[in-house]
Amino acid sequence: MEHIKADVVIVGAGGAGLRAAIAVAETDPDLKVALISKVYPMRSHTCAAEGGAAGVKGADDSLEMHFNDTVGGGDWLCDQDVVEHFVEQAPRELMQLEHWGCPWSREDDGSVAVRPFGGMKKKRTWYAADKSGFHILHTLFQTSLQFPSIKRYDEYFALDLLQLDGKCRGVVAMEMRSGRFFQFDSAVVIMATGGGGQVFPFTTNGAVKTGDGMAMAYRAGVPLKDMEFVQYHPTGLPGTGILLTEGCRGEGGILVNKDGRRYLQDYGMGPETPIGEPVLKTMELGPRDRLSQAFWHEHKKGNTVETPWGHCVMLDMRHLGEKKILERLPLVHELAHAYVGVDMIKDPVPVRPVIHFMMGGIDANGKGEAPMPGLFAIGETACSGLHGANRLGSNSLTDLLVSGKRSAQAAIAYAKDADLSGGEGDLKAQAEGIVAGVRELMQQSGGNESISGIRREMRTALEEGAGIYRDEEGAKMACDKVAELRQRFQGIEINDKSNVFNTDLQTALELRNLLDVAETVTQASLERRESRGAHQRLDYTERDDVNFLKHSLCYRQPEDRPRVDWSEVTITRSQPGTRDYSGGKK
Amino acid sequence: MGTRQLELEVMRYDPEKDEAPHFQTYSVPCNEDWVILDAINYVKDNIDTTLAYRWSCHMMVCGSCGMMVNGEPVLTCKTFVRDLPDKVRIEPLENFPIERDLVVVLDDVMQKLHQVQPYIVRKDEPPEDVEYKQTRGQLMKFKQLTMCINCMCCYAACPQYGLNKDFIGPAALALAHRYNLDNRDQGKSDRLDILADHDGVWECSFVGACSEVCPKHVDPAAAIQQMKVDGAVEFWKQRLGIPGDKS
Repeated sequence: MEHIKADVVIVGAGGAGLRAAIAVAETDPDLKVALISKVYPMRSHTCAAEGGAAGVKGADDSLEMHFNDTVGGGDWLCDQDVVEHFVEQAPRELMQLEHWGCPWSREDDGSVAVRPFGGMKKKRTWYAADKSGFHILHTLFQTSLQFPSIKRYDEYFALDLLQLDGKCRGVVAMEMRSGRFFQFDSAVVIMATGGGGQVFPFTTNGAVKTGDGMAMAYRAGVPLKDMEFVQYHPTGLPGTGILLTEGCRGEGGILVNKDGRRYLQDYGMGPETPIGEPVLKTMELGPRDRLSQAFWHEHKKGNTVETPWGHCVMLDMRHLGEKKILERLPLVHELAHAYVGVDMIKDPVPVRPVIHFMMGGIDANGKGEAPMPGLFAIGETACSGLHGANRLGSNSLTDLLVSGKRSAQAAIAYAKDADLSGGEGDLKAQAEGIVAGVRELMQQSGGNESISGIRREMRTALEEGAGIYRDEEGAKMACDKVAELRQRFQGIEINDKSNVFNTDLQTALELRNLLDVAETVTQASLERRESRGAHQRLDYTERDDVNFLKHSLCYRQPEDRPRVDWSEVTITRSQPGTRDYSGGKK
Repeated sequence: MGTRQLELEVMRYDPEKDEAPHFQTYSVPCNEDWVILDAINYVKDNIDTTLAYRWSCHMMVCGSCGMMVNGEPVLTCKTFVRDLPDKVRIEPLENFPIERDLVVVLDDVMQKLHQVQPYIVRKDEPPEDVEYKQTRGQLMKFKQLTMCINCMCCYAACPQYGLNKDFIGPAALALAHRYNLDNRDQGKSDRLDILADHDGVWECSFVGACSEVCPKHVDPAAAIQQMKVDGAVEFWKQRLGIPGDKS
């Protein structure tokens, strides 16, 4: 096994990982950064984000308002100290991207434009047409190329963390092109591997989003926090699950049921607003959890539209006109046309809720520090307490930047004082154990399970037991199913015996990670017996601040279901209240 | 929804056991609304788990799944089964060494993207907490060039890159031009040496294949022609000691 020493190891080269790498390089060019990613940076799923990134911009806006929108949007499960820092740093980070060349859309006077977004009281979403994540990712990647201290390890699949005396001490990864194993020695590992939307069958998430970092931390004994909170985006294309950005509604698109009724008014988000004049924080600009839940009810009532790809509601944007659609929403226009054959200039587009984002993740604080010293987690991989029980659209792209930079600073401070002497033998043995585990998996045979079969059953179980609405029985069944599948995983066989770009092996390792993530999602869904934000229980329909104004923490138990513990939510200035999306009419 | 049986002839190559690439045929029941990537995923999940290829987003933006489909470099997530005949030949991108099956070695083009200094170069400090002003007109000058997803289909189509691997090539040159045209950038003269080198813009023979195959309509060919003009002007300005327009 080859050894690589680095001052800071970053796993994942999407928006968060790149931002952290640049921050380390800018702060101290003498620090060696190893940036490990299972794909080339441009392939990271940040590229698929469409709508934009939130940060206070206008004179009529304030940090206070952004704070309140975020905390209320998160149904008061946000850690408010983290939100305070986030809203404060957001404009600065977005401006930094502007200075690095991000092609933001502009106002007439040449300043950066902002658009309305769901759950936001003011226009504060910076955007680059409807390819905001793509442009942010490419701007960061290209900017990172000027820093020689950032050494990239593209297409290296990270396997597991190394630790010594309870501290993180590096990671082992496999180079895809050669199948060779590498031991990365470092006092600091920053996990920036994104979410795990691939545990569900119908998702906007790309194939790469298999929860690798979450699973690695979890296996290393670090808890995963708030995993029951999984966001459905209300407007996915049926069939493929391709995202149609919230910007569609931000620009004025409306949602109607089979009778043409703007049904959101029937779910506490009315009264109806005039077509073509979107009002912030109400109707179509309500938060994602509420909109997705409204779809569920409409479906139950028989008000949805039947399409070849299942039941849908219609997103109508015809009144925006061709010019606006092509200027502001060119990508979704192309995607809808290509994948469901609808020209949104002329016809409404069928849409349905689709798994989009995990509010939960590796337990971390606002600096990205996980409970294991030396381990940091940022972006969607992490649960810093920023998003609470429901993330507001356009807060996550900004979070990549804010948490990326802040964790880099904390990591540098930690690395400078870290003692790396001793323990070589122990670390080597751990690394060899990790490699032996992979070789064992490669060689296991005789079982009759398939990777795709187990994956399919897992996804079905998650959708049925941990979907938009949950209950005790369904969640229990999903927990049982995942436990069964974890057993049956022993029966898979890797048919590909090559060392070169072995995607059969990679898919198996990813499935192992997905199963780890899945058991935390189902277990936490079972044990949170209240309804809050994206976690809605049919058998516990109210929010219960007495018992559940708490973060859930899932700890791995190798021979048993995860153990769920609870931790306090940090409240600084906003006491739990009512989420009001009536547009001030109530 | 109707299904149609497609014969996929897929190029296979494992350097550990194959002396040369060969084809393997899979028969796949395809939904009419599938893209060819769906058919390849069907093979992977149901017929042959050893097939190696790259993919992720399935929405034309991550740039992973570029392959040759019936001889054309395309994004397989953007190539619909309904537009293809019953027999489809799938090969790795042309002009690149094959790493394994449909996976090509990208080291060379990654180095080329790096080489053109694709980032804002400033000789001064940026204004604090204020953006550089950029009108929509200024943005439109380079906007289309920012759309490149690095799928590398243009390199697979470029006859010049096929002949001379030192040619910087379409995507990297278009990226350089994108920064040269950005009113926030002052690095044009820094990039000149690389771009005006004999493996830079002048190596392009203006066949235009890059622009034809680009799934994002970036038009690298036009960018390269503009750079030839720019480069000539800049070269003489430098020779004559006239300051450049932005640096």
